[in-house]
Order: sequence, then structure tokens, then C-alpha cells
Amino acid sequence: MFYHSFLIKYAEIGTKGKNRYIFEDALMHDIRHKLDKVEGEFAIQKEQGRIYVNAKTEYEYGDVIDALQRVFGITSICPMMQIDKCDYEELRQRVLEFVKEEHPEQSFSFKVHARRADKHYPVNSDIINADVGYDILCAYPEARVDVHHPDFIVYIEVRQKINVYTRVIPGAGGMPMGTNGKAMLLLSGGIDSPVAGYMIAKRGVVIEAVYFHAPPYTSERAKEKVVELARLVARYSGPIKLHVINFTDIQLYIYEQCPHDELTIIMRRYMMRIAERLAEADDCIGLITGESIGQVASQTMFSLRVTDEVCELPVYRPVIGFDKQEIVDLAEKIGTFETSILPYEDCCTIFVAKHPVTKPNLKSIQKSEKKLAERIDELFEKAIESDEIIWCDK
Amino acid sequence: MREIYFDNAATTRVRPEVAELMMKVMTEDYGNPSARHIMGLKAEKYIKTAREQIARTLRVDPKEIYFTSGGTESNNLALIGTALSRQRRGRHIISTGIEHAAVYKPLDLLREQGFEVTILPVDEKGHISLEDLRAAIRPDTILVSLMYVNNEIGSIEPIAEAGRIIKEANPECYFHTDTIQAYGKLRIRPREEHIDMLSVSAHKIHGPKGAGFIYISDKARLHPIILGGGQERDMRSGTENVPGIAGLGLAAELYYREHDANVKRLISVRDRLIDRLSVMEGVRVNTGKDEGFAPQIVSASFSGVRAEVLLHALEDRGIYVSSGSACSSNHPAVSGTLRSIGLESSLLDSTLRFSFGLYSEPEDADICADVLSELLPMLRRFVRR
Repeated sequence: MFYHSFLIKYAEIGTKGKNRYIFEDALMHDIRHKLDKVEGEFAIQKEQGRIYVNAKTEYEYGDVIDALQRVFGITSICPMMQIDKCDYEELRQRVLEFVKEEHPEQSFSFKVHARRADKHYPVNSDIINADVGYDILCAYPEARVDVHHPDFIVYIEVRQKINVYTRVIPGAGGMPMGTNGKAMLLLSGGIDSPVAGYMIAKRGVVIEAVYFHAPPYTSERAKEKVVELARLVARYSGPIKLHVINFTDIQLYIYEQCPHDELTIIMRRYMMRIAERLAEADDCIGLITGESIGQVASQTMFSLRVTDEVCELPVYRPVIGFDKQEIVDLAEKIGTFETSILPYEDCCTIFVAKHPVTKPNLKSIQKSEKKLAERIDELFEKAIESDEIIWCDK
Repeated sequence: MREIYFDNAATTRVRPEVAELMMKVMTEDYGNPSARHIMGLKAEKYIKTAREQIARTLRVDPKEIYFTSGGTESNNLALIGTALSRQRRGRHIISTGIEHAAVYKPLDLLREQGFEVTILPVDEKGHISLEDLRAAIRPDTILVSLMYVNNEIGSIEPIAEAGRIIKEANPECYFHTDTIQAYGKLRIRPREEHIDMLSVSAHKIHGPKGAGFIYISDKARLHPIILGGGQERDMRSGTENVPGIAGLGLAAELYYREHDANVKRLISVRDRLIDRLSVMEGVRVNTGKDEGFAPQIVSASFSGVRAEVLLHALEDRGIYVSSGSACSSNHPAVSGTLRSIGLESSLLDSTLRFSFGLYSEPEDADICADVLSELLPMLRRFVRR
């Protein structure tokens, strides 16, 4: 079945009052961006609170659905038949043909849901429901009507044109990209941080990312893996500006100067400081991490409190309440899991104490950091200067 | 910065003459050797030449050379092909604990299929005991497969003696040897050494990837494992990789033409590196300078440093080596060879392999050693606790 048009449904945007057009425009812009990467030409139209995607050429159905399912702000995608207004008998005929094409199976339950937005149309929705239902029952002796739990619903919308569809494909949900500012994601090579980035991007936030590279302790392959993860998240969020920071010297300095059970937590504090500096330079108004309470020593409530102390920007941790398996499930759904589990070490796993503190004391950590006074500012600036920017897009 | 490629056991740079020949085959003489027209004949001639070039290096009959996609396929064919053709005679196979995955994985498969596999242990230098071998051979033993040169530490197995013992104990038993690291670096005489099958890969001797061969003595009968159009006298179907085969033939001829000089050069690089490494603190060299070791491989363990970190630190200085064996480096599972030679467990994850080729110079070994003595103290300051 070749669909010429798709009806794009969105939910939350409708409630945004006067800002509504901003959200709709952002949504259309993102749809355009995603469809540009798919073969075929498409027209995107806004009409009375709905968005239509019309195919102007041949296209691959699966690719288009996949692209639209990665647009935040869309609640559902309905491949449909769109016809010019016509005489009622012809409408009944066309609807029946459409149902026959979409549902070659013989036995199913259904209901008809007609809406007449154009009150000038001569037949009202109740009558359309009854007549089309009758037509289908006549054509399919084994079919039955079920108004509560039908296998599918035949939607008929009489507007400027008439839309007919029976398939409702779920969209990604969330808010259109770019309608909620920008934030800096601390991206490691793990499972959690790409998911965290995805979740914040889903709320319409543009994502930048920072990765802490520690050569020779971490390899070029580890960096390539992070670039690939950023690309995978970018499939949803749009292009991601990835900062690669050389963190080796800071890490080694901490290792030499500070108690080893506090290494990770002090390292995290410096990562946050660097991330915040980069964030502010690029107008990001929040930081994002993939931390989840208690997952590792540096992610206990105590540790998070100590980590947070170094930055002024709010730190968003969208997977904070998730169990590992829940994060894994999401990573599999968005397609980052396979890449995340590639076995390359990142800088968080290299210098780990056997028994890191799980209840760090802020005073004691601050005291330890004083031991870094001599060179840390210089190393910090050097790290900022090492910033290598990679635009990740797919 | 001079680039020092010390990872020739993983793969080598293709010789320019070889690349040139292959280019000609690909762009000019690109016919299918099975074609009946002149283009086919031209292609067939490249294969014939390569077969003869290789046969000369081993002093065998060209008919005993069969081209494959490389070392892995040759090993698979030797093991599975023998098992298929000889299973009615017996279902017992003997091998060692230091084989490459291209041998032990097929053996795992055969074990699952009901074959019995005896694994011979090795001593701390990586050598099997001939007494163990003699004791393991039974009337129902159909195959012994021994590596000629180990890919991780370079130990040479006593193949000629093993061949004699096998044929004395059970003349019907086939003898296969994986010579992927040995070919080119040692003079191999299958007939004198009682070898029935041996496997070779082109890209370890400055030839192309994706080409290799298996020698099968005219007395041995194998069942093919790739079936189809009947190329390679039914032993290995599939349109011949003509450029690869031509490249392999030339690479083999060139390597053996200057064999003595090549080996001398490899040994000079090897010995220079071993000399330098042996005097460094906290370094254990797992490879010897005696005749029990191949000329192109040095394995060394660096206490207190993780192999991967050292590898990347060397990489940063333009020196390319591998941790364990590159072929198994994708899986961080620790090397079976290093464990088999009884290396302390703390060193298993601290071992690098340096391997040399025709483009390596003794000075490279010096540079490499200098860089190591500079890096080691620095890296040892940061040990994972």
C-alpha cells in the first residue's frame, strides 16, 4: 500500500497558548530535518492545528516511519488516504476500498469514528459511522463491530479535504527540539549517559556534550565509541556539538596528591567544573549526567551532594530513579546499548580505588582538594584549551 | 617522528612489487580463470605461476598447494576436512594448549560432534614434550595438529621430531601444522618433516589480506568444507582470488629468495630488543634468543603497567605493538599461551608483543627500548590499586 500522506499528531503543543506557533514551527523544522535524510521528497503542511506530510515522490515506507518516530513532539503518525471532497456515495466506496487494502485479513473487530469539522458537508458523522460500518460488515461477513476494544478504528475526518486512516503509529512523544534551551551532557562511554541525553533532548532541549579523554589510559577507540554514541543520540536530538577534553594531567595530579578513596569523587567534581565552564561559554543553562542513586560509590546521595556543590548550574539527572535494567531497556529501545557495551575503558574505570568512599564528607573533600592548589588552575586551563570539537550527526 | 611498526605478526605492509602486480591483475588481467576465452587463460596462468612459486619454497609438488582465503580457512579445512574424511577410522585428535583460535575453535566444534581431543601441555618456554606426544598417540588417533611457531611468544615446536614420532607410532595418523607465523621465517620441508598439511596466510609475509594456502600431501585425503564450482580440484570451491593469489606467490618467492639475509635482519632486530629489555627493571622477556624461538617475535611482560596503557603510550610515540596476540585482542579474555607457559597472573595483563618484518631496523629496537625506559617509570607511578 502506498500512502501519499501522513497525519502527524501532537499533544502537549496544543496547550501552549500564544506560543503554540513557535512549537509548531519547531516541530515542522525538525520533521523537515529528519526527512531530508530519507530518500524521496516531501511537503510538510500545517493546517488548522494539524501537520501533514505529503509524499511528492516514491519513498521507502519503513524509513519514513523510522524518521518520524525520532521527531520529539509527535505523539502519533497516521498513514492515510487523503481525498478531495466528493459525493457521499463515492466517499463510502473509497473508504471501503481503503479498508480492504489495509486489512486483507477476514476476521476482525472494528469501529468507525467519523468527525465532520466542515459542517457544510451534507451528511453528519453519526450517519457516516453507521453507513461505513454497514458497508464493511457487508464486505466482510466475519467482521464485527466492537466499540470498546476494536482491533482497529476507521477514522474519517471531513475537513477541507477528507482524511481516512486506520493505523495509528506511536511517535516519540516529548517536546519539539529547540523549544527549551540548551544543556551540556557529560557523556561517558557507558550505558547511562546517552540515555540521560536522550531523555532531556526529548523535552525539546538542545544537547551539547563533553567527553573526558585520558590518553594513553583510554584509547582512540574509546573516543570513537563516544563519538558514535553521540551520533546515535543525534538521530533523535539533531546534531550534537561534542567537546573532547584531555583530562589525563588533572587525573594524574589528583592521583598523586589526594587520598585514593576520594579519587573518583574529586575527579567528578573537576569534570563538573570543566563541563560548567564549557556550558557557560556556549549558553547552556544546565548540565546533564547519567547518574542514578546508589549505582556506584560516586552516585550515592552523599556523593551527589558533594559533586553538586561545585557548580551553579542545575544538574539534570533524568535516570536518577531508574534501576540499571530500566536504563538498559531504554538504551536498547533508542539503539545505544550495543555501542555502549563495547569493551573499551573510559577514564572513570581506570583509576578506581578498591574501596572508594561512599559517604564522602564535603569538608574532607574540600580539604583534599586544597592539596591541588599549586598546579590545578594551570592544569584546568590547559584542559579547557585542549577542547577538540566534533560535530556528531547521523 | 619515525614510525615504528612492530606488529608484523598481526599483519605486514604489502611489498610495492606485490601491490603493483595485483593492481595489474585487477585492472588488466581480470578474467575468471574458469572462462574459456583468452582472458580466462591469462588469469589461470597467474595461479599456475603462484602455485609453482610456492611449491618451490617448500620443495613440494605444485599439485599439493591449494589456495584459500587465508590462514584461518586453511586451519579449518585441515581439521574439519580430516575429521570428515577420517571419522570412520577413528575420532581422536591431538593438539596443544597454545594454538591460535583458528585451530582451537574448530577443535571445540569437533569435540561437540563427538571427537575426543587431547591437549598437550607446554613448558615455560612454550614447547611441548615429545614424550607427552608419543604417549598420547593411539590407534584411533586420526590427526595431530601442532603450531609451528607460536604467535604470541615465538616459540618453535619440534615439528620434524614430532613428525617422525607420529609416523612411527601410527603411520595412518595425519600431521597438520599451523605455519602461519613460521612460513617465510623458517625453512620448512614438509616431506622431510612428515607434514601432511600446513596452513599459510599471505598477509604475514608482506602479501595481501584475504589470501593464503594449504599444503596437502598427495597421500592425504581431505573432505572439502566449501562446496561449489569445483575450483582448486574440488578442494576449495569459489572463483579464485586471482590478484590475492598472484600477490601471495610473488611475496613468497621474494621472501624466500633472500631468506638468509631476511632472517639475519629479523634476528638482529629481535636480539637487540631482547638485550635492551633484559636489563630493564621489572621487565620479563618471555622469548629466548636460542634456536627454540622464531626470529620475528618478542614477548615481554612489564610489571606494574597495564599492557593496553603501555600500548597506547607507545602509539602516542609512533610505535605500534600489540597486547597479547592482535587476533585475540578484540576479546579481552586473557591469552591461553601466556597462561600455558606459567606466566604469573599479575603479568598476564601486562604483556606486549613486538614483532618485526622486512622493514624493521635494529635501530628501531633501540628507539623502542629508549621510549620504554622513558615511559615505564612514569606509568608505574599510576598503578591501579
